Amino acid sequence: MEFQGILNYLVGFAIMAVIYSIFTLGLNVHWGYTGLFNIGVAGFFALGAYTSALLTTATPDPLKFEDYIFGGNLPALLGVFNLGIDLWFLVALLGAGAVCGLMALIIGSVTIRLRGDYLAIVTLGIAESVRYIFLNEKWLANGSKGLYRIPKYLGDWVSPQHYDYLFLVVVLIVLVVIYVAVERTIKSPWGRVLKAIREDELTAAASGKNVFSFKLQSFMLGAFIMGIGGALYAHNIRFIDPRTFDPLLATFIIWAMLMVGGSGNNKGAILGAFTVWGIWAGTQFLPGFLSDPNFRFIMVGLLIVVVILLRPGGILGEERKISASAAPPNKVAPPDA
Amino acid sequence: MAGMRKTSLRLPFHWTAGYSVLLGLVVVLILAFTSVIKLELVVNGLFLGTIIGLGAIGLSLVYGIHGFAHIAHGDFMTLGAYTSLFTLGVFLPRIGLDNVGLGPFTFGYPLFIALPLSMLFLVALAIGLDKGIYSRLRRRGVSSVVMAMTSLGVAIALRGLVQFVWGGGTEQYPRVSKDFYQLPMGVRIPPDNLFIVALTVIMVVALYLFLTRTRTGKAMRATSDNAELARVTGINTEHVLWWTWAISAALAATAGVLLAVFQAQLFPIMGWRFLIPLFAAVILGGIGNPWGALIGALIIGVSSEVSTQWLNPAYKTVISFAIMIVMLLLRPRGIFGVRD
Repeated sequence: MEFQGILNYLVGFAIMAVIYSIFTLGLNVHWGYTGLFNIGVAGFFALGAYTSALLTTATPDPLKFEDYIFGGNLPALLGVFNLGIDLWFLVALLGAGAVCGLMALIIGSVTIRLRGDYLAIVTLGIAESVRYIFLNEKWLANGSKGLYRIPKYLGDWVSPQHYDYLFLVVVLIVLVVIYVAVERTIKSPWGRVLKAIREDELTAAASGKNVFSFKLQSFMLGAFIMGIGGALYAHNIRFIDPRTFDPLLATFIIWAMLMVGGSGNNKGAILGAFTVWGIWAGTQFLPGFLSDPNFRFIMVGLLIVVVILLRPGGILGEERKISASAAPPNKVAPPDA
Repeated sequence: MAGMRKTSLRLPFHWTAGYSVLLGLVVVLILAFTSVIKLELVVNGLFLGTIIGLGAIGLSLVYGIHGFAHIAHGDFMTLGAYTSLFTLGVFLPRIGLDNVGLGPFTFGYPLFIALPLSMLFLVALAIGLDKGIYSRLRRRGVSSVVMAMTSLGVAIALRGLVQFVWGGGTEQYPRVSKDFYQLPMGVRIPPDNLFIVALTVIMVVALYLFLTRTRTGKAMRATSDNAELARVTGINTEHVLWWTWAISAALAATAGVLLAVFQAQLFPIMGWRFLIPLFAAVILGGIGNPWGALIGALIIGVSSEVSTQWLNPAYKTVISFAIMIVMLLLRPRGIFGVRD
């Protein structure tokens, strides 16, 4: 019985770590490979989660004092086209990704041309604005009461007490698909241009690359991945409200994960997500002030600073691979974060 | 991109820009006196704007001279406000100084002890952080984005610290309620706000004299214009960088304390929430231009207050953000931005 309890806890832990890995992969596309300083991960997180939730929750019921006006009710709408494997889930994930990608297109085309650190301020503003809007526009997503009828994916396949195992497999499959996709994209010529832009924008532009367009595409790709992460989160917890997307657990910790694991390395991004989430979740069992959430808050910030100071490459650091066909490069000094 | 940074602490405004700001002010005043918009909102916006201004001037100086977006600036304000809370609420009462309600104000003379202490603390913190963290990164020659990233880490840690020590709830300075001044046209002014404006004016004048009359101030302006050239001329740029930290940290501490007085409460996220208006003001005024930042702050303050006449007050931050976006689209160098 005791063992069962621990196992269930670990499965729940692993699901969250996998979802965070997806965010970290998205952030890695932004920061690790392109050098886009996005501190508004929470904005895309929220947008993805709300999109997926609104697409799939049932039509609002006035008798339950639900104020929002639109619930896509996809599971019922698709009906027989669910093919017994709940195809609506795929539609919801892609929808969430697409909305985030579209948002990134809009913000990016306005701001990506500007100095690097403007993007940070703008993404921060987007994240805050998204939260304020979901909080105050009750018609949009039920305001502070949140959405709580988010359906389970494949909920009728297994009994509720074993559901987490199934969902873990689902998120793992999504993670693997995204990981492989990002790895392939980054190793392609397209990915090499991104790295060139990160290292030296002027040189990339002088080589005839449209820096603006590449950065915008990278921004959209990362946002798309974050949207999918948000959707998975919504279907895992099956309750979201604006408080879910507090900057600490929706932006800062993801930055800490990427920095710790190693920005510019997808394996590092996943390793970082598991490490930092392990520390975050594990420290709550420690005695005294060590388990104080505010103390852990301090640690998240210090972690970022310490990694930048002492080990800018993170645990794994970036693979110094130039091209699959090129000769192995000489030893190169580690890059500055 | 780094070479594109063209900032200026030069004082004369761009003429057309100066006129357009004046014109905007006149339009707002006409609208206010013809009761299209409530005059009280405009007045409140100006008060809010002075507080944003104190923060934004420091932020703009750091941005111009250190060359990176100092994301921990809001949390500097928070920490300044909370250190004064400690002095006013715990330290001074213990030695018998617990006066409140000085003259027409809600606070007492202990605030005049607490405020300098907060400023000193923040200055020490900023210089400590520079010695421990930022100067090492400078020597390594990291990009401005990595510097900003580091300051994000600092911001998180500082807010965590405030929450760890004081908890996540709202707090208040020791205060007594006071009557507002009733002016014509339904304008009500809390007496504290006059103090806020007076203190801001004193600090801005002091900063102006410092930047124009002292050697260090002139060195700061030179470094802001062109750091490389300043170094070659024999200016100790490390010194200049410390002075910049000291000034902007002191201003941030003041802004934090005044914000706590203005809204009559403190909470750990108050500074972080202020970050968007701060950056909006800096960008409006042109990065590295402290006077521009002050004007930008007044514009942001007034427009976000006036917006509450039609919009949900929760959207004040969204309004400042929207102004910032429009500005970035139309004139990324700010209202008073100089051409290269």
